[in-house]
Amino acid sequence: MTVQPDPFVPQLYRVGRVRRELTDTTTLELAPVTGPRPTFSPGQFNMLYAFGVGEVAISISGAPDATCFVHTVRDVGAVSGAIAKLKAGATLGLRGPFGTRWPVESAQGADLVLVAGGLGLAPLRPAIYHVLANRRRYGRVVILFGSRNPKDLLYRRELQQWRERLDVDIEVTVDHADADWHGNVGVVPALIRRVTFDPHDTVALICGPEVMMRFTVNALRDAGVSPARIYLSMERNMKCAIGLCGHCQFGAAFICKDGPVMRFDKIAEIFAMREV
Amino acid sequence: MEGLEQILAQHPFFAGFSAEYSQIVAGCARNHRYDAGEYLFREGRPANEFFLIRHGQVALEIVAPGRSPIVFSTLGEGDIVGASWLVPPYRWMYDARAVVLTRAIGIDAACLRGKCEADHHLGYEMMKRFLPILVQRLHATRLQILDVFGR
Amino acid sequence: MNQERLLITCEGLQVLIDALADRGYQVLGPTVRDGAIVYDTLTGVADLPAGWTDRQEAGRYRLERRGDGALFGFAVGPQSWKRFLHPPVETLWTMRQGDQGVTISSAATTTPKWAFLGVRACEIHAIAIQDRVLRDGPYPDTAYAMRRQDAFIIAVNCGQAGGTCFCVSMQTGPKVSSGFDLALTELLDDGHHFLVEVGSEAGAELLERVPHQAASDAQRTAADAVIARTASQMGRSLDTDGIKELLQSNPDHPRWDEVAQRCLTCGNCTMVCPTCFCTTVEDHSDLTGTSAERVRKWDSCFTLDFSHVHGGSVRSTARSRYRQWMTHKLASWFDQFGTSGCVGCGRCITWCPVGIDITQEAAAIRSTPNAGKGERHGGS
Repeated sequence: MTVQPDPFVPQLYRVGRVRRELTDTTTLELAPVTGPRPTFSPGQFNMLYAFGVGEVAISISGAPDATCFVHTVRDVGAVSGAIAKLKAGATLGLRGPFGTRWPVESAQGADLVLVAGGLGLAPLRPAIYHVLANRRRYGRVVILFGSRNPKDLLYRRELQQWRERLDVDIEVTVDHADADWHGNVGVVPALIRRVTFDPHDTVALICGPEVMMRFTVNALRDAGVSPARIYLSMERNMKCAIGLCGHCQFGAAFICKDGPVMRFDKIAEIFAMREV
Repeated sequence: MEGLEQILAQHPFFAGFSAEYSQIVAGCARNHRYDAGEYLFREGRPANEFFLIRHGQVALEIVAPGRSPIVFSTLGEGDIVGASWLVPPYRWMYDARAVVLTRAIGIDAACLRGKCEADHHLGYEMMKRFLPILVQRLHATRLQILDVFGR
Repeated sequence: MNQERLLITCEGLQVLIDALADRGYQVLGPTVRDGAIVYDTLTGVADLPAGWTDRQEAGRYRLERRGDGALFGFAVGPQSWKRFLHPPVETLWTMRQGDQGVTISSAATTTPKWAFLGVRACEIHAIAIQDRVLRDGPYPDTAYAMRRQDAFIIAVNCGQAGGTCFCVSMQTGPKVSSGFDLALTELLDDGHHFLVEVGSEAGAELLERVPHQAASDAQRTAADAVIARTASQMGRSLDTDGIKELLQSNPDHPRWDEVAQRCLTCGNCTMVCPTCFCTTVEDHSDLTGTSAERVRKWDSCFTLDFSHVHGGSVRSTARSRYRQWMTHKLASWFDQFGTSGCVGCGRCITWCPVGIDITQEAAAIRSTPNAGKGERHGGS
């Protein structure tokens, strides 16, 4: 990692382009007011600070080689709402990047199955960018994405672009739809048997609501993928993001430093427990 | 009829089916072709047939007044469409619409029910194949009900 | 470490305190207030709880008069040194929006130099445990590190075990072995003296200012005997053999349901525990929105909000929160920091309003280690 500023104190960032993705979801491009943007790896997150309101953990969802941080924020509370409503030119605070990364390097040579649910596509997107930019280093690349309904499909234009590539297999599904939708209707795990990959040499990256991840893991394991090659992005209450406040504990792991990306076999036991 | 028997034997649903039973089932089967927008069956009608999709996509949908139909599942190549034929009163519970040009094999429900009554081994072979599909769809439906992507 | 044992008197102790004050140290130590022994600024020996002891049991704490004038004749009170080193409230930074734009600055920390007088062995271990958490991780709490670094520690070997003490089980006492500048053992037979052990150069240097003499063999033996007697008086014990695996493999033990019926999730245990470190942050701003600050406060995993994620708490039941605290303290801490999180001070037992006893809970689970297993969630 490059030189880190004080991890306790937010750095000032300015909002560049703002794009409304869905009715309540906005993507913001953030550039540091002074100095270069710190380097980051796909899978990591920043703590975004809305002045006087508070901080929230948001995964980075842009390309690692961009000059700014790209964050897709959904308005679900006071802090995320304040951030999602920022206009171009506004300033906010940012601490980060923090957390573990998607194993895009060690997955080279294998088939890759990337499974996203709902807003979970945002934390996976940097990994998708990386893989597509280095397509030759991977075997088959499969992207599976599920959403509530067609209106809630995130990054729809990019999904279309990715689908147009001949070297990527994309399947999209929604929980329910109306007759205008000509795609799949059904749950994400059901997509797995529709696509081809070598389960004995596949790395799977999954991001979405925990219930969806749980059933997706089951479907992948039923298909023969090893639990040691399945990675999830976990989420818990985040406050300090630097392993000092204790809030993000998940069993013995701190999501802020042992996660958010975690290898499934290492958390399999805890994952099956309730209220952990 | 022989052509149908071969097609049936190749369909994933009938994997491992004995030749004898394949013949019996083929005796209840016929080919179907649906253009995009055509319905395989509609809610409330007698469930006389179930379908094996050979090619295409079928949307299962439910109609409610004041709104356009809600699609809650799509099925494609290799899938089975229709379970209401198994259970009295043998009536369809929803609509099944071909989304694109769809070719399917329809198997006469009354015919097959009769054959299964006459030969319970055949009946068991059919149940063994149907139940996993139904259980899987029950799981999926429960997941959908959770509305995990909801706000 | 200096093997020499020296002796000072109560007057010598006063000289010691004065010498520390002369060097700009704020001397903090035990004193009686509001019916308890708390830690506060001491000006001299007269502020110490002379002739006082504590009677501690599950959910019970009372001070009582001793028959002698011991200055340290008690165990530990509701406070620990974490209230100085890891303060309950701390401003992390302030922000100002002015004409030049926005500036955010770290809160200036001017920490007074502290001398802690009367640090027990369990407390020294607790400080070392918090060092690992707050200072030795990938993101050190620099304010903590500074406070810690400058602190002068005068330890005391316990002359009397508390009713809820189990430092012997946790191998954290009663004898202090390291982590101090000076260590005292109070001797009450044959006058009133303190055997002194030097633990650092700073300690040796300070002791030069204090009238002292070499301890006799009899006095050294007496000091050892005091410590041995304390060790034999432990009010509780905890079998630590395989405790990590025991707790981590019993998430569904019925004991958790049982303790949940008693636990009020009040969080007292986390407040008094010398190693609990969890905090939360609050962001405040003034009405004009031109200045803001972030304040860090002690928090407790027993609150419902602690594990809140979109729309609800992960640990919504008292059962899951008690399980979290105890499993973290006795088991997960090993995975995270390489040691147990518990030092056997007994505070959580004493200060629990309903008298829940961590040693009793551990023993209950140990006695039926497979009680929760075999229950599998069926259904399709």
